[in-house]
This record gives sequence, structure tokens and C-alpha cells, in this order.
Amino acid sequence: MVISHALGARIKRREDPRLITGRAIYVDDLNFAGMVHVAIVRSPHAHATIRSIDTTAARRAPGVVAVWTGEDVKARCGPLPVGPRIKEMKAPKRFPLVIDGVVRHVGDPVAAVVATTMDAARDASDLVEVDYEPLPSVQDPEAALEPGAPILHQDLGTNVCFRMTYGGGNVEEAFAGADVVVKTRIVQQRLIPAAMETRGVVAQYKGGELTVWTSTQIPHVVKTTLAETVRLPEHEIHVIAPEVGGGFGSKLDVYGEEGLVAALALALGRPVKWIESRRENFIATIHGRGQIDYVELAAHHDGTVAGLRVRAIADLGAYSQLLTPGVPTNTGLMCCGCYRIPNAHAEVIGVFTNRTPTDAYRGAGRPEATFLIERAMDLLAAELKMDPVEVRRKNFIPPAAFPYKTPTGAVYDSGNYERALDKALERADYRALRDEQAKLRKQGRYLGIGIATYVEITGLGAVAGLSGGNWESATVRVEPTGKVTVLTGTSPHGQGEETTFAQIVSDRLGVPVEDVVVLHGDTRAVPHGVGTFGSRTTPVGGSAVYVAAEKVKDKAVQIAAHLLEAAPADISTDGARFTVRGSPERSVEFKDVARMAYKAYKLPAGMEPGLDVTHFFVPKERVFPFGTHLCVVEVDPDTGEVTFRRYIAVDDCGNILNPLLVAGQIHGGIVQGLAQAIYEGVTYDDEGQLLTGTFAEYVVPQATDVPAFELDHTVTPSPHNPLGAKGVGEAGTIGATPAVVNAILDALAPFGVKDLQMPITPRRVWEALEGNSASR
Amino acid sequence: MKPAPFRYAAPDTVAEALGLLRSYGQDGKLLAGGQSLVPLLNMRLARPSVIIDLNRILELSYIKEDNGEIAVGAMTRQREAELSPLIRRRLPLLAEALGVVGHPQIRNRGTIGGSIAHADPSAELPAVAAALEAKMVIRDPKGRRVLTPDEFFLSYLTTALEPDELLVEVRFPVIPKAGAAFLEVARRHGDYALAGVAVVVSKNGEQVGTCRLAFTGVGPGPVRIPEAEAAVTGNRLTDRVLQDVRKTVEERLDPDSDVHASAEYRKHVAGVLTVRALRFAAERAGAR
Repeated sequence: MVISHALGARIKRREDPRLITGRAIYVDDLNFAGMVHVAIVRSPHAHATIRSIDTTAARRAPGVVAVWTGEDVKARCGPLPVGPRIKEMKAPKRFPLVIDGVVRHVGDPVAAVVATTMDAARDASDLVEVDYEPLPSVQDPEAALEPGAPILHQDLGTNVCFRMTYGGGNVEEAFAGADVVVKTRIVQQRLIPAAMETRGVVAQYKGGELTVWTSTQIPHVVKTTLAETVRLPEHEIHVIAPEVGGGFGSKLDVYGEEGLVAALALALGRPVKWIESRRENFIATIHGRGQIDYVELAAHHDGTVAGLRVRAIADLGAYSQLLTPGVPTNTGLMCCGCYRIPNAHAEVIGVFTNRTPTDAYRGAGRPEATFLIERAMDLLAAELKMDPVEVRRKNFIPPAAFPYKTPTGAVYDSGNYERALDKALERADYRALRDEQAKLRKQGRYLGIGIATYVEITGLGAVAGLSGGNWESATVRVEPTGKVTVLTGTSPHGQGEETTFAQIVSDRLGVPVEDVVVLHGDTRAVPHGVGTFGSRTTPVGGSAVYVAAEKVKDKAVQIAAHLLEAAPADISTDGARFTVRGSPERSVEFKDVARMAYKAYKLPAGMEPGLDVTHFFVPKERVFPFGTHLCVVEVDPDTGEVTFRRYIAVDDCGNILNPLLVAGQIHGGIVQGLAQAIYEGVTYDDEGQLLTGTFAEYVVPQATDVPAFELDHTVTPSPHNPLGAKGVGEAGTIGATPAVVNAILDALAPFGVKDLQMPITPRRVWEALEGNSASR
Repeated sequence: MKPAPFRYAAPDTVAEALGLLRSYGQDGKLLAGGQSLVPLLNMRLARPSVIIDLNRILELSYIKEDNGEIAVGAMTRQREAELSPLIRRRLPLLAEALGVVGHPQIRNRGTIGGSIAHADPSAELPAVAAALEAKMVIRDPKGRRVLTPDEFFLSYLTTALEPDELLVEVRFPVIPKAGAAFLEVARRHGDYALAGVAVVVSKNGEQVGTCRLAFTGVGPGPVRIPEAEAAVTGNRLTDRVLQDVRKTVEERLDPDSDVHASAEYRKHVAGVLTVRALRFAAERAGAR
């Protein structure tokens, strides 16, 4: 669908040529004269007291400039943020290095070695001798709740960080009056975000200004936080997110290393660089998911759902990071999915464990919510011997019910869930698939058809732990020559807004897309912004650009009208010229209007010079994309291998600004979602050592391991922003995991297998079949 | 990730390399394609004091037919062997197995000799060497010796190579009128096998003439099971014979469990793959 010549057009990403020809500049590409390098000494223990740290040998090693421990940090650094303020939340302070003498997960940073080369720093870091006294550790979040469990943070006296409840209606009554109840326990395994670029920080203090280059999704939040952490006035801090090679939420944080490198640059008076190794990325950058969900769904014989009960136990890891508690609470908020469930109750408990902290990872609480309700709907369908499609249809929130408030408190803006479902079924030829499945089963072949219908939240931002609310800034500046510069507060790490935002401006002003450049990620260049996460770039950041462009256009029209001695209402424009309607000979070029805006000798009375508008957009509400994913697999019962046959995704993200970029987001999202279903999963041993410590053990799928995707859309515009758009960055991840798992379990239904732990490896399939071999 | 400091030597000839091996002995580590060694170095799990880089020794890179055998120089890149018309024609088992060794990028660097000398218990090439009863040609400063797979592969990542010895060539006998198949189950395309099997079968009318089965991922090295081979030899591949072989395979194997798969699963899959690969190989033998 093309909305205009620019919006809705399949324009190739303008970012790509520099990225695929290796000309993009990442943090590690920065080098400055006199620069020193940091290697961090990390705890090999999940839980231990530090008896002593001997840095003597490291200090004497060749090239070493400084060795810092917690003592040095104590003297120079304030705390890091510990999450959004949640009622009665107990979260300990975090610092760039461990300062209280206790390490709480493998990878906890203990000391920093600074040397003239990276190799020297790394070599010397082996010479720091830390004497640890191991403490009992707790790995499992449920075990951490037990009385007598080792306590991570003694001063809190408990491993419980917070408890939140969501819900409405009368759940007890609903369950008492129900015909059937299905129950399941779901383990949302931990995932490693594994961005292609690991984290990295370079800091330099020069001329009274601290400049910090960091691979982050939120440069402005980093700037505000650093002011506190390194105790400099905020206006002396300049943060730049150069090219950022992926984040998936893992760079939606203010990490200790950002404060540490900045503090080192201040103390040493030299540029300082730290580049995270892949091994560190696996243990010191946040993990995603990590939740245990107890789900009970009550229903009547006809498939109508009466009530939902959820108990979610979130494995927070050792500390609360920037948004840690905000992730499982999303699960509580969104657990009713696309369904009209009159009575629902969700309890969400955040628990500290001796593992790497968890935080937002693509989807951040919504994949968990969608998974639990979509699994429960399939279990209900099986219990009632109904088609999974029919159970869903029966319970969908109807289109006329929007805006719809769920008992857990979410207010869905718009939706037509059945339309997306029908489109997916039609595209898949669902009836024919079921026939084929029946035919193949007779031949001893096991086809599975999985359906997931999802709704999720995008346009996030109203989070107290961040420096801002649910808004985003944009500047649209027409330069005196008529070229356009856009500044955005969202800071991309692959989203492609240099393309889509240029399309928005081109659409509004009529100028060619090539005449618009989009700048971002530099706190000196762009107005204060919030950042990129929660699929907010388009609905919030894009809307800011849209409104700013509209204001610019209004002003340009007024200037043109004044130059043409006509009323603004009589001016029309094609982007190149402003013309008086009905008098084509009376016209002025766009670039001449732009020039006059700055020459300013012939402007309407009282008008300020310039053609440069900054707008802070505040959406009315958050927006709720939805869709249906349908996956077809074949399971080999002898080896347990799962082969993808088809994957159909019908997503509704409101109006589409650029179908190419939407497809890219859906593709990447599905890959990460199906990765959780069958490939990826963090494994620790009982001592808290990460067993999946490299890409050989942590199985990220490659292009050869995923199916071709058949994408389609329905379009239900959001009423909450001028673009009518909803974010699409996480939808694929949210739809894919339950679609794939439902497909595998559908294939295994003849064997009586009802549940499988993710990732569903060949071994797990085979074990489930062995366990149920009586029914073979 | 950066390796611990080491000294580096890059000989141009086998003679030079052998001289270096003699000087450094246990302290020296040979670098072939680097696909296993370099990650270990970078993670500092291996900390050799000297790296002897074999990549400049051009005389170790060749593929030739010699006396009924295909002789492959130890530094021949896996990708070159995989695409070699000679190997595709005369050693289809090797070509097929190479197709699941990592990815083209890895095979462009990885070498035939490197993989065999590294002796990873889940690697494909040791199983191929075992199934074909390849000969490992080894040099030391004094001379040359030739070992069979049984003599060469001792245990996990352990071979009969002495510290001053260099694997220079692998000789794969060509088995006439044989069909072969390599099957494995891995978590991802290109990963090490959870279990895999290399099968060579020659047909004698409807009956199996000779049968060789070598497994990977299910033991400390490539595993042959003579009883299983005997169960097939001289028989037609009936369902009963195949089930017998499968049972024997499952009984005889004693694999380990790890983060990817349990011992039970590995045993089971080895059995399943044996049946499939035997059928496949027999079909191919019939088509020759």
C-alpha cells in the first residue's frame, strides 16, 4: 500500500551501502593519540566474598597505566540506575565495579586494568590476584524464594525484589463455575541477546568536556546518568552513539563500563577505550527472558474462556538493571492476549539469583505473555477437542469493542484479530493442511500446524527509570538552500529511520527523499531524546518528525504566500514550488522560500526568521499491534528433528511506512522467536557457571536453519498518532515462539505429548516420545 | 578476545617444520587451518609458547591418485578437497562428509590434516578416515611411518603423533563398486555432529559384500563396530538385518552426555542413522 509518493513506498535502506561496504564507524573503529585500553577482571564465582585483591604484579606489568578496584570506584563514582520505580521494590545500588566485597554472578566486574595497548591490558589482567571465599549460591528463581535460600543482598534480607498483581473480575468464582480448567507450567529459558557488535565505550576528557562514545540505544539517558555517576555537570558531557551493530534491548541500559571508562578518562587525562569480548558479552551483558509461569485457564464446554490465573516468577539475576522489573510486569499486563477474558489475575514476582542480570530483550515481557496465553488456548482446544482456530475465534475481542480495557489494565487502541487470522488461514489453505496432516499420519509422518494470535504493546516510554516519559523529540530544519536536516532523539541500532524518517519529511514537504538527511545519536547535535526500544521509533519518534514537518510546512506556506502576495489558504505545493491556486504563473521555488526564511527581509509581520522546528511528541496512548502467525513443521519421530515446512505471518502494524523495512523487521523477529522455540537457551551448572559460553554451545540459528517466510498484512491504523502507525520491531519475535511450539506439539499430539521445554531440541523431542512410547 | 603471548615461526618446508618441532617439542603447537586452535588461543584455553604455522608449506597441499589410493596432502584445504573432481568421483564419502563440516568459510581455511590431527571426537573427517581405513603418513626428523586409524586415533583430541612428528599426508583407499553415505544429526547445519555415521557398502548381487561403519560424536574418537559390520556382510539388507545392526550399534556404543545431547539420545540416533545410511549406501552401490 502506497500512502503517498514517499510514505508506504518500497525505498531501499539508505543506511545499507555504508554498512555492507565496511565504511560504517563503530566504537572500536575510534582511535585517538595517547589512548589507553581497559581489560576487566571478572568474577569466576557465582557468589563469593572477596578476601583481598592483589594488584601488585599487574601494576608492574609492561604498559600498565593503572589498576582500579572497587576502592577506586568508591572514591570517584556514584551509583548506576536500578530500574523503574515499582511499588515496594527492593533493589540494591549498583556501581561500575563491585564495591561491597561480594560478587554475585560469574562475570561480576572486580577490577579494571588500564594499559597502553589492548594486549598489554589483557595480559596484565591475568596477573590481578583476587582471593575469593566462595559462598553458597542460588541459581533457580523458585529455589531463591525458599526459606533458607542463600540471600544475594544481605541488607535487603530477601531475594524478592518486588511483587506486583494485575487483574480484575472475580477469578475464584470464574474457576468454580467453569466446566474445564487447563493448567501448565512454562519455563521461559534465558536467552542471550548476542548483538553482532558487542558493547564498547571510548571516553575522552578534553577542553572541559567529557565525550563518551558508546554502543547504546539511549545516548541521552546515558548522558543524564553519567552526570550523576561521574559527578560532572550534565552540560559538560557529550554522548555519541556511533554506528550501533544491533542491540535487541541489550544496549537499553546504562552499564557500569560506561561509568568506569568515563571515570578513567577523567582521572587519567587520556582517551580510554574498552571493547567487550564475546565471552564477556555472554556473561556481563544482560540476558533476556528467564521466567517461570504457572498458568491456569478456566472455560465452558463451548470454548468460552471464563478466567485466567497466572503466577510469573521472574529470574532477575544478581541485580536490577535499568528496566529489569519492567520486563516481567509487561507479562502481567498483557497476559490476556487477544481474548475477552472477563476474570483474570496475574501475580508477578521478581527474584534475585546468582546469575547475569536479565533485562529487556526483543519483546520484553510480551513474548512471555503471548506464549503463555497461546499455549493455554491450544491446551484448552485439545481438552475440548476443538480446533485451535475455533477456540481463538470464540474468544477474540470483537472489532467493535475497541478501545478495549483488559482486566489487567491494558487499553488496546484498535484491532481486528479475526481478520488477521482469516487472512493467515486463507494464505495457508488451512483445511488442506489439516487434510494433508491426516493423510501423512497414516503413513507414519508427523506434520504439525501451529497458530499464534498475538497482540502486543508498542510506543513504550513512560518509564520512571528513564530520564524521560513517553515522548520523543524531532527537529526538522530546512537549510537556506532548501535541503532538509532531521534530528531525532531516537537513536537507531539497525531500525532504518534514516530512510523512514526521510520518507515522512518527503511526504509532508514534498521534497525528494534524497534531499533529506536524518541525524541521530549525538547529544550535542540533537535535542534531548528518549531512545530506541519497545518498537517506539515509528509511532513516537516518527510522529514527532511528522508534526515538526507539518509545522515547517505551515511556516513555509506562510512565507510563500507573503512573497506571492496571496493568502496562505490559496497556496499549493508540489515540493519544488509554491503556487497560487488558479494562477500557475504566480509561483516561488521551495529553495527560495527557504532562503528568504533566513535572509528574512521579506517575512510576514512578526514572524521569526528560520525554517527550523523542534517538536516533542507525546502520544495519547500506547498502541497495540497484532497478528497471526502460522507455522507448519514436520517432526521426525526417530531422530526428534524438526523441519520447517512453511511459515506464514500476517501482521498488523497499522499504516506501513516502508514495506521493505517492515519485512526486514518481521524476518529478523521471527528468526529470534523461532530460535527461542528450538535453538537457543542459556544453560548454567549448579555452581552458576555458564555452560553455553560460546556460539558453539549457544545455538543461534543461521540462514540455513530457518524457513522462507510468507508475509502478509492487515492494516488497522492506530488512532493515537498522526501516522496511524504501530511499531513492528518486536512483533515477529512475539508471534513466532508460540507458533513454532504449537506446531511441534500439534505434530506430536498422536503420541500424547502435551508440553515440551524450550528450546525443543531433537533430544527433548525424542525423550518425550520415549516417555510416551506406550501410545505409539 | 586475545591469545596469551607466544612466539611464532612460519617454516616454508616440511624439513624446516620438523626442525622446529625438534627444537620446541612439547612447547610448540602446530597451526594448520586454525579453525579449532585459534578460538582456543583467543579464549586462552590453549597457551602454547610457540606457534609453528604450517600455512606456507606449499608442498603439503595436493590431491593425487596413487596406486589405488587418493593421497591428500595434510595442508589441503577442506573446500578444495570437497570440490575436487577426483575426490567427488573416487571418494564420494569424503566429499559428502566435507559438505557438513562447518561452512564454506570454515572449509576454505580448515585443512584435511588439521581436522584429522586435532581428532575432535565429534568431527566428521576422523570417521571418514576410519570408514575408509585411511593411512596417516607421519614424518619426524629421522623418517616416516604410516598408521592405520586404529593406531592413530587414541582418545579425545589425542592421537599417536609424538611431539616431534608431523602428519604430512592422508591416503584414502578407493573401494571399488562401493556405495557410501555420511549422515549426521547436528543442532545446526555445520555444527559438530551429535551423532553421525560414515558407511561404505559394496554389493555382491543382492547381498552386501563388504560393509564398514564408522561413527562420530559417540565415543572418544571415531568408532568402528565389527559385530555390526559382520551382521550385514553377506546378507541382504532386509528389515530384520537392519534392526539387528541397529540393536548391535545401540548396545555397543558408549557415548557421553553434554550440553547438547544425552548419551541415550546419541546412541539411539546412531542406530537410526545406521539404518538410513546403510539403505542409502546400498542404493548407491546398486546404481554404480
